[in-house]
Amino acid sequence: METVIQHPLFAPLVITAVIIAVFPLLAGYIVLVERKVLADIQVRLGPMRVGPHGILQPIADAVKLLQKEDIIPTEADRALFWLAPVIPAVTALTAFAVLPFSGHVVVTDVNVGLLLIAAMSAVGILGIIIGGWSSNSHYPLLGALRSSAQLVSYEVALSLGLIAGVMSAGSLSMLKIVEAQRERGVWFVFDNYGLMIIPFMVFLIAAIAETNRLPFDLPEAESELVAGFMTEYSGFRWALFFLAEYASIFVIAGAGVTLFWGGWLRPFPSWGWLDIPLNYVFPVALFGVSGLLTLRLAQRLKKYSSARAAFLALVGVGVALVGLVFLIPPVNAAIIGVFWFLTKVGAFIYFMIWIRGTFPRFRYDQLMNIGWKVLIPVAMGGLLLNAIVGMALA
Amino acid sequence: MPSSYPEQYFPIVLQIAIAMAIAGAMVAASYLLGKRVRNPVKDSAYESGMVPVGTARERFSVKFYLVAMIFILFDVEVVFLYPWAVVYRDLGLYGFLVMFLFFDLVLWGFYYMWKKGVLDWSEEPPRS
Repeated sequence: METVIQHPLFAPLVITAVIIAVFPLLAGYIVLVERKVLADIQVRLGPMRVGPHGILQPIADAVKLLQKEDIIPTEADRALFWLAPVIPAVTALTAFAVLPFSGHVVVTDVNVGLLLIAAMSAVGILGIIIGGWSSNSHYPLLGALRSSAQLVSYEVALSLGLIAGVMSAGSLSMLKIVEAQRERGVWFVFDNYGLMIIPFMVFLIAAIAETNRLPFDLPEAESELVAGFMTEYSGFRWALFFLAEYASIFVIAGAGVTLFWGGWLRPFPSWGWLDIPLNYVFPVALFGVSGLLTLRLAQRLKKYSSARAAFLALVGVGVALVGLVFLIPPVNAAIIGVFWFLTKVGAFIYFMIWIRGTFPRFRYDQLMNIGWKVLIPVAMGGLLLNAIVGMALA
Repeated sequence: MPSSYPEQYFPIVLQIAIAMAIAGAMVAASYLLGKRVRNPVKDSAYESGMVPVGTARERFSVKFYLVAMIFILFDVEVVFLYPWAVVYRDLGLYGFLVMFLFFDLVLWGFYYMWKKGVLDWSEEPPRS
């Protein structure tokens, strides 16, 4: 048994299995959170039917999608139509292999980790083009064309933003990038006297465009192109596109967090006295307050349905109990990195949802103008500026 | 931590394989579970309720090709920047100046195509 555990492939295999098993569920819950947050922004309630406050909605959605009819249009190119949704799903899930959830929880640490993430997001575009073309229908083709042009345009800005971060880190390995931030005692957003904020903003905007989210969701553009390249897709093929979209959101948020926000490090990594308040009190308080708020919701739900209220109360108590786990020092040491990484990724994703709820969509020529005439020159300028300042500091 | 290249990269191959298996299994499961009723109208391409006219594989704006070509140039530039970014502290001023020269050349190309109207999407490019 011990030999099995010590085998060098054991840990990567377990982490891979956990990621791929958990992520579809997690994606479902990101969708639920997104719907709830958008509903809140628009002063609605959002999903409320399946489970108390809709907390079982993702499971119901998955079951529904599995039973959906699998339609392949007669005009479509069957083989490519079948292949198209698999490509982005596979590439997005593969990029998870280099995301460092903490110093030890990473599938593998390759010395070109960041390049792998960029490459995987570039290959994912192929799935969109193939999907749009093989549908042999007008809307998907237009969506795919727009999408590919948009994605390749923002890919350049995204890479230029990433390169500025790489200059500070001096490595492409995801683990070494975070280690560099630990050694320097600063998140790279604040590096070079705060000048890194320019590449980070470029990265942030390009990341939102790269994941096809509002205000850059022209590939889908419901009001113009029905559903863009996904128009002819139904059932689980469509769900795969959706899964790929949320996986790439997670991956790009993870890459941004690793490169600019210190990965699994806590805020102010070099100030030792913050260890207790940030690594112990903060997680316990976060989970405790969440649990208490859930209990309060359950209290209010009681007058409508006691069964639902009881279920929600159970969830609240569970969440609060998870927080107590952080009080055991050895357990805390093992999971605090993952906690910080996921908290930061969550904040990043929340920010993207917030932007989606706040901004109107760009027109296509505006989109290309912003990409090429604003974002890329700014990215290049920011890169050179950081190169000069970084070299002067070194 | 594994150190040799095969040990580093094999987990990625594994991840690709598992991801493919999962994606394939999902599509297969929906293929097996979902009931199917074939219907010529339902199986036709969606065109907002109208009967689809002709093929979708029509001609489209040449600008999409232009963007693809520019992208390749810029992506190659970016690929050259990655290794420089990793070691630029060690290369020092000389490395920076050489890279600046390279950057400069790319920027002149960028300026040229900007003035040529390659990046203008809202109106026709000026005739030359």
